[in-house]
Amino acid sequence: MADIELNDAGAVVIIGSGAGGGTLAHELTRRGIKVVLLEAGARQSTGTFSQDPGEAFAQLAWLEPRTQSGTWTVIEDYPTLPSWTCKTVGGTTVHWTACALRLKSWETRARATYGSLEGASLIDWPIQYTELEHWYGLAEQRMFVTRRNGIPGLPASSHFKVMYNGAKRIGYKRVHTGYMAINPLPADQRPFCIQQGFCVQGCKTGAKWSTLYTEIPRAEATGNLDLRPECRAVRIEHDASGRATGVVYRDPKGVEQRQKARIVCVACNSVETPRLLLLSESAKYPHGLANSSGQVGRNYCRHTGGFVWGVFEKPIHFWRGATLAGIVEDEIVNEPKRGFVGGYHLELAALDLSSLPMSGFPRTMWGRELGFVMDHYRSLAGMYINGEDMARATNRVTLNHGVKDSFGLPVANIHMDEHENNNAMRAHAQRQAKAMYEAVGAIKVVNSRQTPATHNMCTARMSRGPGEGVADLHGRTHDVPNLFISDGSAMSTPGSANPTLTIVALALRQADYLASRMSAREL
Amino acid sequence: MDSERRDFLKTSGLLTGMLAAGSSLALIAPSRVWAVELKALTSQEGATLLAVSRTIAPHDKLDDAAYAVVVRAIDQDAANDPAALTKLRAGLEHLGADFASEPEPERVRRLRAIESGEFFQMLRAKTLGTLYATPMAYAYFGYEGEAFSKGGYIYRGFNDLKWLPEVPGADSGPIAGQA
Repeated sequence: MADIELNDAGAVVIIGSGAGGGTLAHELTRRGIKVVLLEAGARQSTGTFSQDPGEAFAQLAWLEPRTQSGTWTVIEDYPTLPSWTCKTVGGTTVHWTACALRLKSWETRARATYGSLEGASLIDWPIQYTELEHWYGLAEQRMFVTRRNGIPGLPASSHFKVMYNGAKRIGYKRVHTGYMAINPLPADQRPFCIQQGFCVQGCKTGAKWSTLYTEIPRAEATGNLDLRPECRAVRIEHDASGRATGVVYRDPKGVEQRQKARIVCVACNSVETPRLLLLSESAKYPHGLANSSGQVGRNYCRHTGGFVWGVFEKPIHFWRGATLAGIVEDEIVNEPKRGFVGGYHLELAALDLSSLPMSGFPRTMWGRELGFVMDHYRSLAGMYINGEDMARATNRVTLNHGVKDSFGLPVANIHMDEHENNNAMRAHAQRQAKAMYEAVGAIKVVNSRQTPATHNMCTARMSRGPGEGVADLHGRTHDVPNLFISDGSAMSTPGSANPTLTIVALALRQADYLASRMSAREL
Repeated sequence: MDSERRDFLKTSGLLTGMLAAGSSLALIAPSRVWAVELKALTSQEGATLLAVSRTIAPHDKLDDAAYAVVVRAIDQDAANDPAALTKLRAGLEHLGADFASEPEPERVRRLRAIESGEFFQMLRAKTLGTLYATPMAYAYFGYEGEAFSKGGYIYRGFNDLKWLPEVPGADSGPIAGQA
C-alpha cells in the first residue's frame, strides 16, 4: 500500500472503485504506476456484509438524495430512488448479480443499424467491434466467467428449471444458466458458490467476482495503490491551459483535501460521474468540465427493464440459488417486425421476502392482488427484462440546485421520458414472459414497471467527434487531455447486456492506453 | 407526575390480541398474548391503522400481532416528529372513526380514493416495508432468510424441484463436490 503525498503531482487519481475504477487501479499499479483511488463509501468485507436485506441496502447503497423528473414511471413507483447505485469500496460490483454479457456487434452500431430513430440520439461506437472482442476475452478471463474459456456453467436451480422449461415450451433455443462471474468450482483463489441467494447483499463467500476482493487487494499488493475509502470527490481542478491538476475531496472527517494528479480518471457510475463534471464548473469551463459540447449528462440510458413474476401452485423456493443464474438469449436480435428495434435478455430474478413487495411491484398493487401473490411466495418464479434503451438527448443528468446533499452541494436530477420503442419492447417482453410461465402452469402473472437502475450508462459517452459525446475512443475527454471517463458513462450505446463486463473490458483497454501514453511521455 | 408524562398517558394507546391456536407465529412467540404500547396514537387510531395495513396487505391467516408491528413503526415515527403526527391524525380522521369496523370492500373503496396521495403512499410503504421484514413474516411465508451460516442451499435443496423435467447438462453445470 502506497502513501502518496497530497502534493505529489505524479500519480493517477481514480475516482470510484467499482468495475471501472477498481479494475483500472489494478491494471495501472501492476505496471508500476502510482494510483490514488478515492472512494466515497466505506470498506466492507465478506465478513462484514449484513445478511439482513434492509441493513444490507443501507450498508451498500448510495443514500445521498437524488431527484427525478420526466414522464417515466419510476417517479411514481420509487419517488425517492431514481437510481440504485453503491457507495462502498468495490462500488456496484459488491451488489451486482454477476451477469457478464457482451454487447453484440450490431448493438455497438446503433445509428447504422436502427437508422435515425425519431426522438432518439443514437450514435455508433468509435471502437471497432473486433477490437472490443479482444478486450471482452481478457475481461472474461479476468473475471472467471462461466461458459467461457472452458469454465462450466453454474448448476441449474429449481427456479431456473421453471424458466428453462417455460422457455423451451414456447420455442426458445438459447436458454441456460448464463455467463456468470460466479465460480461453480473453486478458481482464482476464491471458493465455489454455495447457492445461498444473497448475491445483492454482498457475496459472503467471495465466489462472485467483485473488485473489493480481487482487483483492489491485488493492486494494494503491488505497493503502488493508495486507496482512500470514505473520501468523496467534490471537484476536479484544472490549470490555465485547461489540463486537470487534481481532485478536491472531503476526507472521512469531512475536511476538504486537495490531491494533485498527473491524470484524473472518473468512475463514479453514470449518475455521479456527470454530476462531478458539472460540479467542476469554473470561469474557463462555465458549463462544467469537459462539457463544451453540452453533452455531459445527456443521453442517459438505463436498460428497458422490469420484473415479471409467475405465480404457481407447487413450491419453487426461488430465493434458493444464485439470484440471476438463468438467461434467455433468443430475443437478442434486431427484428423491427416485432414492433421495435433492438433486443432484450430475459434473466432469472428473485427477491427476498421484504424486498419483493417494495421493489417488485408497481405502487398501485395492494389489497387482495398483493395478498394473493405474497401468499404464494414459496411458489413464485421471477425474471428480469433487460433490453436496450434508446438514447435521447433530453434524458439527462443535471444538477438540482434546489436540493443539496450532506456537503451542501446540488444533487443529481435524472430526467427521463421513455422512448416509445422502449415501451413497445417492454410490452413484447412481458407477453413473452407470460407465455413462458403459462406454458408451465402459472395461475397468475404480474409485472412490475421500470425499476430504479443500477445499469446507468452513456452520460459521458465516447464519440468520434466532440459534438456528439464527451470522450474519444479511449475514454479521454474531448476537452481536457488528461481527464478520462472510466466507467459505464463512457459507453456510446447501452445495448441489452448488463454493463459490468463491458466496463471491465473498457478499463483493461484504457489502462493499456494510459500506460503506453505515459511511458511515451505524452501524458 | 410532570405534565409531559400526563400528556403521554392521556394520548397513548394500547393494541392487544391473542395468537390464534395453531398459528405459525405461536411457534416463535414467547406467549400467545401480545400487546403493543403506542407512544403517540390512541387505541382507536391504532386500531384504524391496523385495519389499514391489513387492507393494504391482506393475509387472512396472518395474526394481528404481525400487523401491530406496522402500527408500532408508524407510531414511532409520529412520536419522533410532531409534524408527522399532525398529518397522520388528519389522514386517519379523514378515513373515518368507523374505518376498522367497516367491511373490506368499503375499506378498499376509501383507500382507493386516496391512493395517489402522499398519505396513502406513506402507509403503503410503511406496511410493505415493515410487515414482510419480521421473523413472524418469515415464518408465515416460509422464507428461509440468511443461509450463509448453514452453508447455503447447494446441498440443502436449491435444485429439489421435481414437478418439471431436469435441465440437460449442457445448459446447466456441475455441483461442486459432486462432480
